[in-house]
Amino acid sequence: MDFSSINPVVLMAALMVAATPILLAAIGELVVEKAGVLNLGVEGMMITGAVVGFAVAVTTRNPYLGMLAAMGGGAAMSLVFGILTQLLKANQVASGLALTLFGLGFSALVGQGYVGISPPRTAKLNFGFLSDLPVIGPILFRHDPMVYASIAIVAGVWYWLNYTRGGRILRAVGENHDAAHALGYRVLRVRMLAIMFGGACAGMGGAYLSLIRVPQWTEGMTAGAGWIALALVVFASWRPWRALLGAYLFGGIVVLQLNLQAAGFRIPVEYLAMSPYLITILVLVIMSSGRARKSLAAPGSLTKPFHAAG
Amino acid sequence: MLRLEKRPQPSKFWNWATPVLAVVLTMIAGGLLFMALGKDPFAAIKMIFWDPLFSPQFAAYSRPQLLVKAGPLILIAVGLAVGFRAGIWNIGAEGQYIIGALCGAAVALWFWPAPGWYIFPLMVLAGAFGGWAWAMIPAILKTRFNTNEILVSLLLVYVAEKILAAMSVGRMRNPDGAGFPGSRNISQYPAASNQELIANTGMHWGVVAAFIAVIFTYIMLHRHILGFQVQLAGQAPRAARFAGVAPARLIVLCLGFSGAMAGLAGMFEVSGPARMISIDFNSYYGFTAIIVAFLGRLHPVGIVLAGLLMALTYIGGELAQFMLGLPSAAIQVFQGMLLFFLLAVDVLSNYRIRLSVREAV
Repeated sequence: MDFSSINPVVLMAALMVAATPILLAAIGELVVEKAGVLNLGVEGMMITGAVVGFAVAVTTRNPYLGMLAAMGGGAAMSLVFGILTQLLKANQVASGLALTLFGLGFSALVGQGYVGISPPRTAKLNFGFLSDLPVIGPILFRHDPMVYASIAIVAGVWYWLNYTRGGRILRAVGENHDAAHALGYRVLRVRMLAIMFGGACAGMGGAYLSLIRVPQWTEGMTAGAGWIALALVVFASWRPWRALLGAYLFGGIVVLQLNLQAAGFRIPVEYLAMSPYLITILVLVIMSSGRARKSLAAPGSLTKPFHAAG
Repeated sequence: MLRLEKRPQPSKFWNWATPVLAVVLTMIAGGLLFMALGKDPFAAIKMIFWDPLFSPQFAAYSRPQLLVKAGPLILIAVGLAVGFRAGIWNIGAEGQYIIGALCGAAVALWFWPAPGWYIFPLMVLAGAFGGWAWAMIPAILKTRFNTNEILVSLLLVYVAEKILAAMSVGRMRNPDGAGFPGSRNISQYPAASNQELIANTGMHWGVVAAFIAVIFTYIMLHRHILGFQVQLAGQAPRAARFAGVAPARLIVLCLGFSGAMAGLAGMFEVSGPARMISIDFNSYYGFTAIIVAFLGRLHPVGIVLAGLLMALTYIGGELAQFMLGLPSAAIQVFQGMLLFFLLAVDVLSNYRIRLSVREAV
């Protein structure tokens, strides 16, 4: 066992990259849940985004086109969920599961021809002297653009939800859809748009995995990231900045665990590899029990279907 | 303009017609998918749904496989259906299946190579216990800390997969296996093997257990107060509380029952068709069983039919893979589509579709 091989600066830098996919998926799902819809299909949308983004990026040799295509793929998947749950009033839990099961199969089918290929590289940004700063430079200022984009999306969602008319309508729909309907807001339209935003974010998160983080396509490569993103929304108590914090904490655990594996820590690899899931469960327990629960403030109409009478 | 009008009561007719409609729609959409993959859609659909049962060339091998594949699916799905009816979402059956298999295999490997009539029954108990215990984690977290059982049960699947990997290269590895991952062959250990009971039928103890579970569940749901409570808790949670249904007790019972059933399925699989513990032992029965439960309308008899149909798509899918070169993932997509269509057409049983002229506002 050799702890000296673990470099804290490298670890901190890798943490942001490890956190970005789940952060993207979580911030999308946060908006969906704020609108009163629980989409359990995050895993399916992520892996669809991963494969679609990969395929397009490899074909066009452009990772950004891949990212865009992944957003489209994720949004298309979420549209299916939206039609099922909003127009056809299907159960949200079952529909979300269906999305995940379908997405895993669909991505395996599409991805067959792409195993073992490397995607086009995404350039790291260079902020001039900032990137050359010792310690802070490599940790904060030498990442790919998507890392910064994800932070910008969090900031945007936070601002939009709290300080704009649209954000308030969305929250009203999520808290009490009957009241929102009585006020004349289009509940289903708002929810459909929120669902598609969530899908696009999850797709982007998936593409980040296959194009930048790994970067490669393998079947089932999201390995529960979508479910962890769902747990992250609970951890964040539906607040955008807390989602960022949670994602980075989680990224830290993942990276540390990988580093311990590489350093030949005495615990078998499999036990280290299960730690992210166990820690996610532990966090869920802490967040949903006792005093912490009162501050949770889940949207009032979460998972309740809306059907306008008359 | 189409408008939905809520039915005062779910339609009895559509309740049973929607699964059939969903299967038909899936066949059409699946045919289009196979066409897009460059295969003859009619040949592919026939290969999946007809040839495994009736073709003189393949039926001899395929027919027994039907029960082998349907057994675990039905066993897991009846367990899940009870919880789903009560609004308790155990979606981690895959994990409970793995842990059940590991516990059953542990008993077998412990006694190996001693003979003894009691070994197999002990394995059955261990399997059920393993699945039950694994399901108790989300149950207790839910009742004690109000933690979402959907996320916990699902995350535990990944944990169980890692334990499986650790066991098959670690403690359970066959010491005579030249260092290859995987345990001893349990199906070749007479005291522990889950043999075919009637030659060439695919009937093994797991299938027997599945049918016992179906009958038991049917009686419990339709003839026992517990079934009424399950129904009530699912449809009107508030009313259920007034009627004296203890939610915590129901959660523990439903999760425990479905976990035990999934654990049993895993144990019968590892000692029979799968033969041993290996890294890729689990075959997503735990997830497919969710589709089976919904396709069977959460009704024990419906689940038997749905389980057989789903088993058919597995076997037919393998056949189409061999004969037509259809990718194995295509069958996964096909099964996923089935659940989509099922949820989509379900609207017909709860709503009437009315044609209405929209008034000018």
